[in-house]
Amino acid sequence: MTPKIVCRNVYKCFGPNSAEAIRMARDGQSQSEILKQTKSVLALNDISLEIGAGETFVIMGLSGSGKSTLIRHFNRLVDPTTGQVIVDDTDITTMDRKELRTFRRHKISMVFQNFGLLPHRTVLKNVGYGLLMQGRTRKEQDEAAAHWISRVGLSGYEHHYPAQLSGGMKQRVGLARALASDSEILLMDEAFSALDPLIRTEMQEQLIELQAQLNKTIVFITHDPDEAMLLGNHIAILRDGTVQQIGTPNDILENSVNDYVRKFVQNVNLNRLREARPASIPA
Amino acid sequence: MFPDVLDERSVRMYVDNAADWMVIHWGASLEAAFQPLLHLLIAIEGFLLWMPWYVIIFLIAGLAFLATRNWKLPIGVSILMFMIGAAGYWEESNQTIALMLASTITALVVGVPVGVAMALSRPVRSIMRPLLDVMQTLPPFVYLIPGVMLLGPGKVPALLATVIYAVPPVIRLTDVGIRNVDSDVVEAVSAYGASGWQKLWHAQLPLALPTIMAGINQTMMMALSMVVIASMIGAGGLGYQVLQGIGRLEVSRGLFAGLAIVALAIIFDRIAQSYGRRLQSQLHMDEG
Repeated sequence: MTPKIVCRNVYKCFGPNSAEAIRMARDGQSQSEILKQTKSVLALNDISLEIGAGETFVIMGLSGSGKSTLIRHFNRLVDPTTGQVIVDDTDITTMDRKELRTFRRHKISMVFQNFGLLPHRTVLKNVGYGLLMQGRTRKEQDEAAAHWISRVGLSGYEHHYPAQLSGGMKQRVGLARALASDSEILLMDEAFSALDPLIRTEMQEQLIELQAQLNKTIVFITHDPDEAMLLGNHIAILRDGTVQQIGTPNDILENSVNDYVRKFVQNVNLNRLREARPASIPA
Repeated sequence: MFPDVLDERSVRMYVDNAADWMVIHWGASLEAAFQPLLHLLIAIEGFLLWMPWYVIIFLIAGLAFLATRNWKLPIGVSILMFMIGAAGYWEESNQTIALMLASTITALVVGVPVGVAMALSRPVRSIMRPLLDVMQTLPPFVYLIPGVMLLGPGKVPALLATVIYAVPPVIRLTDVGIRNVDSDVVEAVSAYGASGWQKLWHAQLPLALPTIMAGINQTMMMALSMVVIASMIGAGGLGYQVLQGIGRLEVSRGLFAGLAIVALAIIFDRIAQSYGRRLQSQLHMDEG
């Protein structure tokens, strides 16, 4: 498996004294100690990981673990304080503004926890937004948008506005928008966390089904171990800005590296998992 | 007695001399620079006075109908306009409407870009904030004096004074409106590769529009409240009638003209508010 996205020694620090904060982190000081001495929050602490092409890579952690900050490094909505983020052998941290725009328009798309839809545009125009950014004609935008709207099961809602839709439907619009721009990488930031449990299950199944046909590189953020186990080919567990363990769902269940990871996955619903992915989880 | 720590008379002399110098050297070119404003005002005034009165009432009622899609406001507005005409203030009212519209348009052209700049740039915001405070608290007469000296009494300094007085709300509310736009939406637009301008056009301005509309409404109301002062330097209109009422101690003249100003304020406030509400529901932001 060739790596699609590589993170090398990424540190991210928010606050006035990032240089000092990173030096302290390299000396092994804790996040709270760093905050006390430098008034800076170390959100990511020496993250290195590889995400393979065509896999679903789940980053799991509690709120404040740095997972939303980390996913924003892959399209540079957040810049690392130090370290490299390499996508397809290109270090995106060195891109200038124009290169970055081109990269975001063609290479990578994103689904947000709070949908991030434009309230004054119809479903059709929201889904076509990525294509508008790519400079396609209006006809191409509308055709592709209509196609993806039907793929996510929203046919008939093309001319509705986001506020007229339920949460689950809004997120289908978000997903259709991400898929319509035909990018190789799909970032999903807690995409299903705001949805009701039933709708969430439905969306998870739809994502698995779509991924079986599309074979995108998906980076999926969640705080829900069940969701992580269900969707991920690999899972990284994040705590206080550090990676605790990276591995396949089975690795993480069977060979947890520490108590934190063990506690995290101890309540996973194995029955549902075996049903959904009989191959990867032994009985 | 406060001790003499400063020779304030010579300081004032410098200020006065500087003003005189500006009048001599810049007066003509400033007057030329503001010529477009005069044309705008005269064009609006000419149009309003050229139209038969019933067409004007019909147009304003039509605006009210477009804003509400309901007959109540258009009927109310027509009755008010009719009463203004019946009271004998038709021409003066149209002059006042023209001044209000011209200064609101000018305030918009200046105010929205400045508000956007404030929202997007911290340095601009820290410069503009105190400046806006000064503009809103400085008594208008203070800037009327150099205005009249530079431009001569007439419609242009009246218009400029009205703009200075009325522009702060539209600037402030554009700034607030843009900064309060849901950051998730702006982030999403950036994630799909929008440039700074595209962010502004696709997300920030449209989502801030209801707030900006509230600013426009306030600006119109403040422009109307300036008409009496503006008429002192030659703006004419309803304000001049109030002024004459004071001069001649004619209570009725002042009162009726004053009531006509109130009527205009009500008419335009209700229309602008309804447009604001309409925008809000068109954006479907009532539900988030």
